Amino acid sequence: MKEEDNAGCSCHGQKSATPDNACGPAPASNRNEIKTATSVLTFQDKLTHVLARLGIRRGGWRVEPGLYRLGDAGEESPVLVTANYKLSFDALRSALSGMDAFILVLDTFGINVWCAAGKGTFGTDELVSRIESSRLADVVTTRRMLVPQLGTTGVAAHEVKARSGFKVDYGPVRAEDIPEFLRAGKATPEMRRIRFDLRDRVVLIPVEANQALPIAAGVSLAAYIADGTIASAGIAGAAIAGLVGVPVLLPWLPADEYSAKGFILGGIVALATAGTALLSDDGSSLTLRLMRAASYVLAIPPLTAFIALNFTGATPYPSPSGVRKEIFRYVPVMAGMTVTGIIVNVAQKIARMRKG
Amino acid sequence: MAKAKVNTLEFDRDACNNCGMCITVCPHGVFAEDGRAVRLADPDACMECGACALNCSQEAIRVDSGVGCANAMIMAALTGRKEVTCGCDSCC
Repeated sequence: MKEEDNAGCSCHGQKSATPDNACGPAPASNRNEIKTATSVLTFQDKLTHVLARLGIRRGGWRVEPGLYRLGDAGEESPVLVTANYKLSFDALRSALSGMDAFILVLDTFGINVWCAAGKGTFGTDELVSRIESSRLADVVTTRRMLVPQLGTTGVAAHEVKARSGFKVDYGPVRAEDIPEFLRAGKATPEMRRIRFDLRDRVVLIPVEANQALPIAAGVSLAAYIADGTIASAGIAGAAIAGLVGVPVLLPWLPADEYSAKGFILGGIVALATAGTALLSDDGSSLTLRLMRAASYVLAIPPLTAFIALNFTGATPYPSPSGVRKEIFRYVPVMAGMTVTGIIVNVAQKIARMRKG
Repeated sequence: MAKAKVNTLEFDRDACNNCGMCITVCPHGVFAEDGRAVRLADPDACMECGACALNCSQEAIRVDSGVGCANAMIMAALTGRKEVTCGCDSCC
């Protein structure tokens, strides 16, 4: 592949990109050429991973779709399919260190395999048309290809076989298991199960926080202006509990529904906030102090619960049916608690002003 | 017809040709080998991704598939869109 091919690279913005950094739109004349990939991740690659994980320029981390030759791949080398999201492509090629293989990159608009498969862009149609446009049948003599297991929501193996002649083998969930999978010729049950380890959950924190923090900061500021430092800190604590506490503690929070997990953590933050308010709030009647504390206990937990509810989409467990039920069950409770908490808080504030 | 409780998964064991593709594609171990046909081993673990139904050449599996994302559903409800997918630019 010529260096000019990377001139429009959307990932790096540098013309001197190495061949494995191929991304961005390709000149039409080069569409069917086999591009070169390496299994080595450069510092620049790793830097883009950090930016992608931070949620910067989402959807912008694209690899040029098409066929890539890794190592000294020949006509009998395995063919592996992935999405044109840089993190997906890089996870695959770096897992294939020291191997000769072809990588067929589907155009998923810069979305990872699983999400793209859910939308259908990583799907039977795109796979079949990419097999044809890359002239894969002329490049390899084998008529098999390895599709990641999490691509199965978009790819129907029997249809691909009927339409392209290529037999689809479903590889393991994780790219890191591919070498072992290829050696053994099959996946162990563990390779087939999706895990959501602490590391998998923690890497999601920045991208979730990127979206929620501005809103949380605004609410916290509003609480500071309306009520003071303690309420503001309580709101901030509830947001952090939702954005960090929920992902980290997910399997250990003793509840099935995500909202309930959020309510547990938000409740702890709320009790701490209410306790602080009770202790620091001298000079007013017990009733007013209790009302203020109660307003925190009511209004703070729903914030954590709502953030937890929104975390469902980033995790591999909830079904749409379950999430729908959860929304109908918990969102009215969240709204009711928040509104009641604000009313109680305003009421005690008015009472204080009248007394003062 | 075997059914799950908390989701829409349905499995017609009589239509199953025991190819085992559902066992392969399911990331939550919902299906298991069981003699002449597959059986539902853990139906309530199903997240309705639809991979099994899509890859069942016998059409023995039915599931209303979709994305289990509250954000997508709430946004769809607010914007009046019918289809619930994470089609937004700001998420997955």
